Amino acid sequence: MRTIDARTIEQAVASLCRQANTVLRPDVLSALKHAYLNEINPAAKDILEAVIKNASVARREGLALCQDTGLPCVFVEAGQEVAFVGDITKAINRGIAAGYRKGYLRNSIVRNPLVRGRSVFTPAIVHFDIVRGSTVKLTVLPKGFGCENKSRLKMFLPTAPLDEINDFIVNAVKEAGPDACPPYIVGVGIGGTADYAALLAKKALLLKVTRSQGHRVTRMTEKLERDLEARINKLDIGPMGLGGRSTVLAVRILTYPTHIAGLPVAVNISCHSLRSASAVL
Amino acid sequence: MPSTSAAIPCAALQRFYEMIGTIEISEPFTKEKFASLRAGQKVLLSGTLYTARDQAHQKLAVALLEGKDPPFNLRGALIYYCGPTATPPGKAVGSCGPTTSSRMDAFAPLFLQQGIAGAIGKGKRSARVRKAFRQHKAVYFLTYAGCGALLSGYVKKKKRIAYPELGPEAVYAFEVKDFPLIVAFDLQGRSVYDKG
Repeated sequence: MRTIDARTIEQAVASLCRQANTVLRPDVLSALKHAYLNEINPAAKDILEAVIKNASVARREGLALCQDTGLPCVFVEAGQEVAFVGDITKAINRGIAAGYRKGYLRNSIVRNPLVRGRSVFTPAIVHFDIVRGSTVKLTVLPKGFGCENKSRLKMFLPTAPLDEINDFIVNAVKEAGPDACPPYIVGVGIGGTADYAALLAKKALLLKVTRSQGHRVTRMTEKLERDLEARINKLDIGPMGLGGRSTVLAVRILTYPTHIAGLPVAVNISCHSLRSASAVL
Repeated sequence: MPSTSAAIPCAALQRFYEMIGTIEISEPFTKEKFASLRAGQKVLLSGTLYTARDQAHQKLAVALLEGKDPPFNLRGALIYYCGPTATPPGKAVGSCGPTTSSRMDAFAPLFLQQGIAGAIGKGKRSARVRKAFRQHKAVYFLTYAGCGALLSGYVKKKKRIAYPELGPEAVYAFEVKDFPLIVAFDLQGRSVYDKG
């Protein structure tokens, strides 16, 4: 059986934190450039130009793309043939703290959500999945809270028409308006339980926002995604809410089987600075 | 991908971008200087900005309500809703873009009463806050949202002014040069979010 030391995980997480926060995902950058070319509203074009410039400044100078370096969400896909040596959750949090400190990223976490107090670097939100194989995939998604605050969950009736679900997703974007830094990437989770739908919505943000590579969805969800993108981009919210064609760069949907009595739908919005980085150990 | 349907651009903005051009403004930030600004106009601003976000707003509000002097002169001050990252070596400031303004809505009228010249952030404000900006002749500006790395280039100096225990949420004075802003609420009560 292959063994992976906690120290290796810690170092990998530290490096992913810095990468995710300073180098914009190539698919997101490419979608932004496409949006810029497609935009006719002068204000929207000006803002998209600033967003694209921001990505190059951040990369060149090793600066955080956004001062909100997020609440780091870590996804661990651990091969079942791997034996971990040491405390993996602790190692992940040590890696986060080291990566954030050395990268001059912001300490945006309060230990007690009610008392608040001094902000610190950890803990991260960590999700473990046990998968086949003998490798470990680590993904760090620093989630800014301007957009996380616009998350929505609704438990639909199992007989709810698709239009009602579409309206709910479009309304989530309308309610976010300009506040959460459009153009957005909208993650949608459909099915499972209330908590699982919310997790799927977050995981949907890890799918490529450009469609050329083809991502694993059914024909039905891809059609839904395209319909929603078209509808939302007619809202004329645009970058910073000043109008334009670019309100979303992409809608991404993940589904899961659910109970005969329910139909959970969760929406997790990302700002234009959708940051994530992965490594396979 | 963005749709290809024709959206209606905000007429006020379009007029500005095509005809009026960018205005440069420097300290002191007086009502006379701000009077000529129009919603949708782009401004390059030079002078001092004071950062304050959720916790600093709460602390300042408590101080004011208890009749204590605030740690800096609010009269004529420009408040920037921002919590920067740490400052990397060799830089004046870290990443420093705007945070969501509406979270400061509960406190904004109190600050406006104290005579702030304006505030800088991102996103819409409540009707009550919009009215308060108009009543107290203050300007609400937007700046490039989610562009903290780019905006750091316009900040020449950063100095901590108050509440060090708040870390990134402390009050910092930023000396800025040609800091890019968009006028959201002007002194005539117009808003950049009013389509027309």
